[in-house]
Amino acid sequence: MMAKKRVVTTSINGTETEFLCEPRQTLLEVLRDVLDLTGSKEGCSNGNCGACTVLLNGDPVDSCLVLAVECEGADIETIEGVAPTDGLHRIQDAFLECAALQCGICTPGFIMSAKSLLQQNPSPSEDEIRFYLAGNLCRCTGYDKIVRAVQEAAKAKEEVTA
Amino acid sequence: MRDFEYAAPASLDEAIELFTGKNGSAKALAGGTDLIDHVRTGRLSPDLIVDIKKISELNILENSSSGFRLGAAVSCNRIYRDETIVSEYSALADSCRIIGGVQIQSRASVGGNLCNSGPAADTTPALIALEATCVIAGPNGTREVAVEDFCTAPGQNVLQSGEILVELKFPPRQENSGSHYRRFIPRYEMDIAVVGVGASVVLDSDRETIVSARIGLGAVAPTPLFAESAGDLLAGMPANDDSIAQAALEAQAAAKPIDDMRGTKEFRVHVTRVLTERVLKAAVARAKGESVEVAIGH
Ligand SMILES: Cc1cc2nc3c(=O)[nH]c(=O)nc-3n(C[C@H](O)[C@H](O)[C@H](O)COP(=O)(O)OP(=O)(O)OC[C@H]3O[C@@H](n4cnc5c(N)ncnc54)[C@H](O)[C@@H]3O)c2cc1C
Ligand code: FES
Ligand code: FES
Repeated sequence: MMAKKRVVTTSINGTETEFLCEPRQTLLEVLRDVLDLTGSKEGCSNGNCGACTVLLNGDPVDSCLVLAVECEGADIETIEGVAPTDGLHRIQDAFLECAALQCGICTPGFIMSAKSLLQQNPSPSEDEIRFYLAGNLCRCTGYDKIVRAVQEAAKAKEEVTA
Repeated sequence: MRDFEYAAPASLDEAIELFTGKNGSAKALAGGTDLIDHVRTGRLSPDLIVDIKKISELNILENSSSGFRLGAAVSCNRIYRDETIVSEYSALADSCRIIGGVQIQSRASVGGNLCNSGPAADTTPALIALEATCVIAGPNGTREVAVEDFCTAPGQNVLQSGEILVELKFPPRQENSGSHYRRFIPRYEMDIAVVGVGASVVLDSDRETIVSARIGLGAVAPTPLFAESAGDLLAGMPANDDSIAQAALEAQAAAKPIDDMRGTKEFRVHVTRVLTERVLKAAVARAKGESVEVAIGH
């Protein structure tokens, strides 16, 4: 007999969200297959690529390594919650301006990690950016443009707050 | 992934009850960064997963005159953000900062790293250096095991069916002491240690002589190793390069590595000596109150 489905209550991108899931379903599976939030990507399903990165209670995690049932009461932020209603977040703008994506599979994960980095460290050095983003892999860009985009986004923030 | 039941008990007693009589078909879930992958790939096939993160004893992070207590489920990012750990149990913070990337560090626990019992686990040599004791609870009560005796073979440890690791206890930090952990990997980050070394030293009040030292080695034997004789050799010696070189040679002799894709036996033995020297020097510098520049990702 299969394990019973559970009702899990969370806040996703600021909206209270209830879903049904089996204990064996990961948060990534529930986001994509149950809630139709397909922005988070599956690259490896073992914690190495970071394409599935979301913020769980404010911390970046690989959603492929989180069980959805663990998220009862949790606050989850996904790529779908990043842009304001009118336009794009400054990190998204910077990725476009700097051509920091090619196929785009890695991009949602990079943007979630970059958002977390800039929250903690508003003006990171290049080394700090590279180290913080080490859990996100990109097969296309060679990383330089991604690092530049995060630097640009950090600058944009300084201009806004200046 | 295979089908399993899930429980998230709020108390230690409830958790132990859930494990009792399950004979290995129930598995503890801390950060899940090893467990979820092992279930997905079929390496483990539990019928019940017990989330232990809601148990308060496993989340403790407490410094007092009797020492430091670290709950087994506390995540790496909580550990390296804790000022007491960073300044007084530095080797542990060093090891937590380099486990995986930030996504892994948000979830991975030191207890999970230890219970997974991999030979290259990064936090274990740091725990050995810092003289940690494992507090284990099970159906027959609580017992304590020195951390260097915890792992018994790759993926194996002293936990009996129904037992869980509750916390790690560290003795109070002594005056004029310092510690460091560092690993050798071919990349800057996101890799498994070819060799890992943790060391702690206590200096006397003039900070010239070593009173005692402990050295833990990773990835050079089937389990993390306590290079006891290498640390003991330093007791009473001047805190200089010569003494450190002798201890590093002794640590090298304790290393019994294998050849694998990450490095040959010969290379690992050599790196053990070089890394032990560097780590001891950093630990001595910290014991003298000097700040140690550790390149990001190392
Ligand atoms: C991408 C990636 C990178 C990684 N990089 C590193 C690295 O650089 N260095 C390194 O050392 N490791 C690394 N790891 C491995 C892993 O992240 C660590 O071993 C981590 O510390 C495991 O902790 P956890 O809380 O996630 O454990 P879990 O996965 O929850 O548990 C691990 C095992 O221990 C058991 N267990 C956990 N807690 C307890 C307890 N309190 N009592 C009894 N049993 C328990 C579980 O049942 C399971 O079998 C990496 C993993 C990934 C996916
Ligand atoms: S899909 Fe989760 S880390 Fe790759
Ligand atoms: S843009 Fe293709 S993987 Fe990064």
